[in-house]
Amino acid sequence: MRFILNGRRVDVDTHPLRRLLDVVREDCGLTGTKEGCGEGECGACTVVVDGLAVNACLVPVAQVEGCRVQTIEGVRRDHPLPQAFVAEGGAQCGICTPGMIMTALTLGARPTIDDVREGLAGNLCRCTGYSAIYRAVASGTRAHRKRARRRPADAARQRPPR
Amino acid sequence: MRRGLSLREVSRRSMSVRSVGRNVERKDGADKVRGIARYVDDLVFPGMLYGRTIRSTIPCGEIRAVAFPFDSAAFTIVDHRDIPGTNVIALIDDDQPALAAREVRHVAEPVLLLAHTDREALWSAEPSIEYATATPTFDPLASTHAFKTIEVLKGDLDEGFARADRIVEGEYRTGHQEQLYIEPNGMIAVPSDDGVTVYGSMQCPYYVHRALKVLLGLPGSRVRVIQTETGGGFGGKEEYPSMIAGHAALLALKARRPVKLIYDRLEDLVATTKRHPSIVRHRTGVTRDGRLTAMDIDIVMDGGAYATLSAVVLSRGVLHATGPYRADHIRIRGRVMMTNTPPNGAFRGFGAPQTQFAADAHIDRIADALGIDPVTIRDRNALRPGDTTATGQRLGADCSARQVLRAAVKRSRFREKRRALAGTNRGIGLSLFFHGSGFTGGGEVMLASTAALELTSTGVRILVASTEIGQGTRTMHAQIVADALGIPYEQVEIAAADTLHVPDSGPTVASRTCMIVGRLLERCARDLKRRLGGLTPAQYFTRRGPLSVSAQYEKPPGLEWDDQRYRGDAYGAFGWSCNVAEIEVDRATGQIAPRRMTVVAEVGRAIHPMLTRNQIEGGTAQGVGYALLEEVVMRDGAMANSQLTNYIIPTTLDTPEIDVVILERPYRHGPFGAKGVGEMPIDGPAPAIVNALRHAGVDVREIPATPERVLGA
Repeated sequence: MRFILNGRRVDVDTHPLRRLLDVVREDCGLTGTKEGCGEGECGACTVVVDGLAVNACLVPVAQVEGCRVQTIEGVRRDHPLPQAFVAEGGAQCGICTPGMIMTALTLGARPTIDDVREGLAGNLCRCTGYSAIYRAVASGTRAHRKRARRRPADAARQRPPR
Repeated sequence: MRRGLSLREVSRRSMSVRSVGRNVERKDGADKVRGIARYVDDLVFPGMLYGRTIRSTIPCGEIRAVAFPFDSAAFTIVDHRDIPGTNVIALIDDDQPALAAREVRHVAEPVLLLAHTDREALWSAEPSIEYATATPTFDPLASTHAFKTIEVLKGDLDEGFARADRIVEGEYRTGHQEQLYIEPNGMIAVPSDDGVTVYGSMQCPYYVHRALKVLLGLPGSRVRVIQTETGGGFGGKEEYPSMIAGHAALLALKARRPVKLIYDRLEDLVATTKRHPSIVRHRTGVTRDGRLTAMDIDIVMDGGAYATLSAVVLSRGVLHATGPYRADHIRIRGRVMMTNTPPNGAFRGFGAPQTQFAADAHIDRIADALGIDPVTIRDRNALRPGDTTATGQRLGADCSARQVLRAAVKRSRFREKRRALAGTNRGIGLSLFFHGSGFTGGGEVMLASTAALELTSTGVRILVASTEIGQGTRTMHAQIVADALGIPYEQVEIAAADTLHVPDSGPTVASRTCMIVGRLLERCARDLKRRLGGLTPAQYFTRRGPLSVSAQYEKPPGLEWDDQRYRGDAYGAFGWSCNVAEIEVDRATGQIAPRRMTVVAEVGRAIHPMLTRNQIEGGTAQGVGYALLEEVVMRDGAMANSQLTNYIIPTTLDTPEIDVVILERPYRHGPFGAKGVGEMPIDGPAPAIVNALRHAGVDVREIPATPERVLGA
């Protein structure tokens, strides 16, 4: 099974129906993607496949053959969104955080509060009551826009692959 | 660092910057947002097997025979006969076996353990268990076995009722609630030559440590427990992790290989503890002008099949049963009953959300009966400094019930909206509540917790068994130590919660981690500062070598508790809070949309204002779920909706806007004046929402207020 994981080609020899979640965590060793329910309800396992946020627990690995898959480990270290989750208290126990961040990355450059509420409705958090997550997404996307104005080429590279 | 300043000046400048009261960056933030924080399921050990628990399928009866109709040679199989120590999960009453030997008391009771290298083989194996069934008891009111009964008496109830103009009665019910941490429970046990090390998701490493010693018959020195990053707890990882750790350890010791035992969501929901359901009856005497003369309160909780923490859950429920209201004549009777359902246990609030739901839903009904508005009746009866509670505890200057009430009424424009919304599909309601910080009664004296600090080459390291489970323990403790020691926050690090290295600072429960353990650390830091003699920690370490200090809990002077009579100072301090809920009712479907929650909370001192706000927002959302959505459907003693598709917790779209105001009235014996904050927020949303429903013309006395109950009201 071949796909592009965080910008690198990977070739995994496995059963095509194995969950993408297990392939990423076990075969590729990237444990930042978490399992919360295994039935597509909690969103802790969210990864971005060709620009779309998907629950990796529901996707057989065969389905991402040839696709670009991005996990939390593929988010650039200087991206403002993760840091905003720290600064605004959007990350508490941290188990939903990678999935939240991956979904938030697909909400566009200037999401409204309704976009954020709607967009994150498939990601459960039990710690925050979501308010701190809204503040984090607002502040993270604002910082990213500012950077895009300053360094357009650099910022373009940080968009999730489409 | 600014150029042109000498090091000394810089360090003096930074020392003057206090961290308490500031939103410093949380210690564990960076690792969590980058996905590199290591949770138990992220760990792999060489030669590791996967473990699985085989559970009972009947609620009551006896095991007659066990068979393995598959090739069992490749499996490690453990039953009760493999337990080297005592077959019990040591906690309070020590009545719960780690593995059922003969008697089965509930569905999903552990009977056998299996381990295998391959998960598919493991999960396709089906041992068969033959039972002789007996008649189960599911109704706590029909049960004859009480795990604990408590009675609190103040004044003379007859006299109180004699002084009343009216008597108002009511019965209120609450259901189970699942903690629903997003990381399911899990443990890994690694055997060593003479003992075992257990890694896992937990709140209380020393609870696990003690349980393993008893189960395995090992001295404490041969058992090591290490908390991994923990994806939420809310009480759900207080006592049950001892069970899972025991199971993983039994398998690992028999297999002589590491064993990973991780629950999937279904198993976690079916097998682990929930909030105790309750039935609370109030009979209240009140004067015409709305002053409470007598409160007679009867509480029944459903404990489930084993005692677990039921006795102390009941205790906290009883001690909060009046709500933050004054009366001279009070009787509170509580009992927690055994039923053939999975044991209920710790959940944020720990009995208080149940009894304060009843108390504050009842107060609104008293107001209605007298034609008094909900603010006035609360203001008239709210506890004031100098008043005594039901147990006779005299409240100090930090009793802020009326202040939080007035602030919330003003902030939410309660009176104006109450008038404007009358007769519409919208409603607005209030709740006033309090929450005791720390263990109940003499519990802290018995715990005798210890915390320690040690020098490092760059600053100091905190040594406590108090765990970070998302609430910000590491950050908040580091702030307290930094300021008490007069060093920058960045120079304080926190040791892993590993029983080999950290002292027993008690369990991470009961809103005690800041007020009690934080205070111990503050004392350590002040002691250390004296010993440093003017040197910085790094200077001392470099010149004179290692140095560590520790402090053990000392009861604040004047705090007295009589556990036999249930009289005295139930808690070191109380937090105070008021909620205003605004809701909208769809009269066709019965669905309730919560629109806005206003929360005013008095917490002594907010060490980290943002973390404090986070706790309040999160607890409020969890309380909204308790009030409206979260229903555990029990069928024949088993949870029938054990998936996230049908046990519903609030999503972004179900969670209202939450407006938080924090008030501070320092508590003399808390670190920098802090009281507890973590649990209190979940006590208030349910009564406020039910009172708002009543304002909208829907009389619900049982939560969750599901559409079915709303339409039936």
